[in-house]
Amino acid sequence: MIIRGDEPEQIGLLKKLYPKGNYFMQGDEAIAYGALFAGCRFYAGYPITPASEIAETMARELPKLKGYYIQMEDEIGSIAAVVGASWTGLKSMTATSGPGFSLMQENLGYAVFTETPLVLVDVQRSGPSTGQATKGAQGDFFQARWGTHGDHPIIAISPTSVEDSFWETIRAFNLSEKFRIPVILLADGIIGHTREQIRIPDPEEVEIIYRKLPANEEEAKYPFGDVHGDLVPPMPLFGNGYFTHVTGSTHKENGLRDVYTPEVHDRLVRRLHKKIEVHEKEIQKWEEYYTDDVEILLVSWGVSARPSLGAVIEARKRGIKAGLIVPKTVHPFPGKRIRELSKKAHVILVPEMNLGQMILEVQRFVRDEVPIISVNKIGGVPLTVEDILKEIESSAERSRHRSAD
Amino acid sequence: MYLKPSYEIREKYLRKDMLPTIFCPGCGIGAVLQYTLRAIDDLGLNQDEIVWVSGIGCSSRVPGYVDFDGLHTTHGRALAFATGIKMANPDLKVIAFMGDGDAAAIGGNHLIHAIRRNLDVTVILINNFTYGMTGGQVAPTTPKGLKGTTAPYGSFENPFDIAELAVAAGANYVARWSVFNYLQGINSIKKALQKRGFTLVEFLSQCPISFGRRNRLKTGPELIKWYQKITVPISKAKNMSPEELEGKIVIGEFVDRDRPSLIEEYKAYKKRAKKMMGWEE
Repeated sequence: MIIRGDEPEQIGLLKKLYPKGNYFMQGDEAIAYGALFAGCRFYAGYPITPASEIAETMARELPKLKGYYIQMEDEIGSIAAVVGASWTGLKSMTATSGPGFSLMQENLGYAVFTETPLVLVDVQRSGPSTGQATKGAQGDFFQARWGTHGDHPIIAISPTSVEDSFWETIRAFNLSEKFRIPVILLADGIIGHTREQIRIPDPEEVEIIYRKLPANEEEAKYPFGDVHGDLVPPMPLFGNGYFTHVTGSTHKENGLRDVYTPEVHDRLVRRLHKKIEVHEKEIQKWEEYYTDDVEILLVSWGVSARPSLGAVIEARKRGIKAGLIVPKTVHPFPGKRIRELSKKAHVILVPEMNLGQMILEVQRFVRDEVPIISVNKIGGVPLTVEDILKEIESSAERSRHRSAD
Repeated sequence: MYLKPSYEIREKYLRKDMLPTIFCPGCGIGAVLQYTLRAIDDLGLNQDEIVWVSGIGCSSRVPGYVDFDGLHTTHGRALAFATGIKMANPDLKVIAFMGDGDAAAIGGNHLIHAIRRNLDVTVILINNFTYGMTGGQVAPTTPKGLKGTTAPYGSFENPFDIAELAVAAGANYVARWSVFNYLQGINSIKKALQKRGFTLVEFLSQCPISFGRRNRLKTGPELIKWYQKITVPISKAKNMSPEELEGKIVIGEFVDRDRPSLIEEYKAYKKRAKKMMGWEE
């Protein structure tokens, strides 16, 4: 279901407005179109570089698709409005960058705890604070994971190109709807502002998931209960006579507040975690290149994944057995797969546009078996093939020496 | 005006398993809740089409006690959540139950912008001049000189007049009463619920435990008598000088107008866009 009850019309509109074919657009615009194809019909946001183009595209396109756009007074209000809209049944999204993402953390936690599907796009820029507002970075890896307070699960996805931004936005919506959890799309200012060719598909080619709704009055009584045994409760929408109570306080399966019973909190928070853990296989996604016989393993994500692949291809030409794994879902992190690959590797390199964030996740899974080396660049300029190739070559050199010893 | 017995209202609209409420003896919130439910009942509004929204505080607990769809959100943000609900499903009627600290301090920006947009929502605002839930700290509404735990020698700040603020920001309907003015209060809520755009009914509501005790107004009745002393009807206030109005709080209907609401404006905007761009109907 794209939108409440008028699917064939929506598919017709999408086909007419954005006919299948090749387009030339920015990453930010690709995210917006991805959202529209995923069925997003409500957007609330606040201007911020380098994410404003997402809001501008949504403001222009949503009214054509019977959708709603509103510019809120700040990022706190933006994500709040998105949560409100989601409870009426519209797929909803907001987009921002570092400083705005910080402001959204409070209500992101609310969305996690109330199991509200929404997509939050963070077009990462150089920080801390205002930093280099117009420059891209990858510094929000852990803000996405732990930015809001308390024990909580989260899903975060990072696209690697403009076309990938379109498809990963759709995947973000699908995961969010399927598991009733906010999904963060960790884009970055470089891909966000890069123009590339992308292929827009027929809407029928796009797999769309809509949240589970209660099948009857009985199911609707437990908006936070494991009604179906899959840990994902069906979502009773506002206005259907179910009298659903939604609160950011600890609540029982029926939604009513109970902050005094330790077991109620324990049960709820553990179910939220387990909901993501048991479905990890469906949620995780990564790409691997030349990993069959890998000796020098690169782990990279987002904008840094591309020069990493370039460097791996160059290294292979020079006889170095380099390989690459790119986590597309960055939270939950595909650590187990990286641990498997690390058994073959002599060294792991982690290229990213920060001073070492994803590397901490790699270390959490791999520990001391092989050296793990950061390849960092900050200042708003992306890593180049040369930057990374240099590190691969010196690592290859070192491991040659080691084996000679 | 015929008033139904309270138990009928209670039976019809409250979630029995959530009672008793957290409200202290002498608190005014229960009374204002009753006025709101009576207004809904009198108007015969469909329970299925109303969503209650709130933030954090004693008064924000209300959506948990009533048998309606409800969103109990984060501190100060109720109206931002309400914006999403109302825009995404304009058929729903949204009631925001808020406190003075929630609405005018942490939520002040959301409040003025929701009013500026003329968001279709009815705000029932409990003004007890204090942060009751957290133990009686000074609020943006505390009259100058009165005490709170964080203003032990009397507040040195100027308080907000929320009703005047709402008028200035462009609300369609604004009224202020004390809990004592129950008939006027119910009638104002009824009016507010029937109008489009932003409507706000503020109630001076007694908090003897957190506010009164520190200001020689130890019980609910003492606070209500104090309200009677300090409130001036708006008709009378018109002929009073600023000196005479010093230390007084004006009550009554502040504004009743019909500026186009956010939902109406958005509909018109879509129409305009269609015309400008030549999209087919």
